[in-house]
Amino acid sequence: MADVPLTIRVQAEPFDVAAETERLTAGRTDIGAVVTFTGLCRAEEGRLSALELEHYPGMAEAEIERTAHEALARWPLFGVTAIHRHGVIRPGEPIVLVITTSSHRVAAFEAAEFLMDFLKTRAPFWKKEVALDGTKGGWVDAREVDDAAAAKWGA
Amino acid sequence: MKVRYFAWVRERIGKAEEILDPPAEVVTTADLLAWLKTRGPEYEWALEKSDFIRVAVDQVHASPDTPLGPAREVALFPPMTGG
Repeated sequence: MADVPLTIRVQAEPFDVAAETERLTAGRTDIGAVVTFTGLCRAEEGRLSALELEHYPGMAEAEIERTAHEALARWPLFGVTAIHRHGVIRPGEPIVLVITTSSHRVAAFEAAEFLMDFLKTRAPFWKKEVALDGTKGGWVDAREVDDAAAAKWGA
Repeated sequence: MKVRYFAWVRERIGKAEEILDPPAEVVTTADLLAWLKTRGPEYEWALEKSDFIRVAVDQVHASPDTPLGPAREVALFPPMTGG
């Protein structure tokens, strides 16, 4: 497990899904499944001009890494990449990327879902809405459905 | 210890962080929240729903009964909404 490539980044800049995928698969012939999940900013029916994502530097990276190690302990993965952006993100732009690779699809699908469920409820990020007229709206409320999604993994 | 605040907890208290020296009877994170609420109306407002506030001790999620021990950094924040 020690040699499984693990990439965890918290950054303001956008990310390149193809380049990040290539980084995990280049030169390998043992990978049979790559699952990529990209979370995008929604306009919320035209209400939003952007989301402002605040985070806890240091803990954000550490918490995503703890979750990634939990995934590596549960599934036979060949690689994990998790990238989360912070700062101002506009509708249509990417917020979060999770990539998992394995020899078969089930492990890759399940681990990607696990990572996202835990990232949403345990990684210290907070979304604030910015309305179309530029005024700051409210903080996005945590959703019980996200807590339930994380709880189903029994960790 | 350094106490850091995030999101609407930070906005309500009006600062992102401060250095505090809680009294000896403040043992757990729940004790810390109760003590902070006595520091002024802005703290009372930020922490009015104590059960809702999440606490991290030295950048690791903690429970209300987690001892502060020799913690160097404690953070208070609302439930997370990333992803």
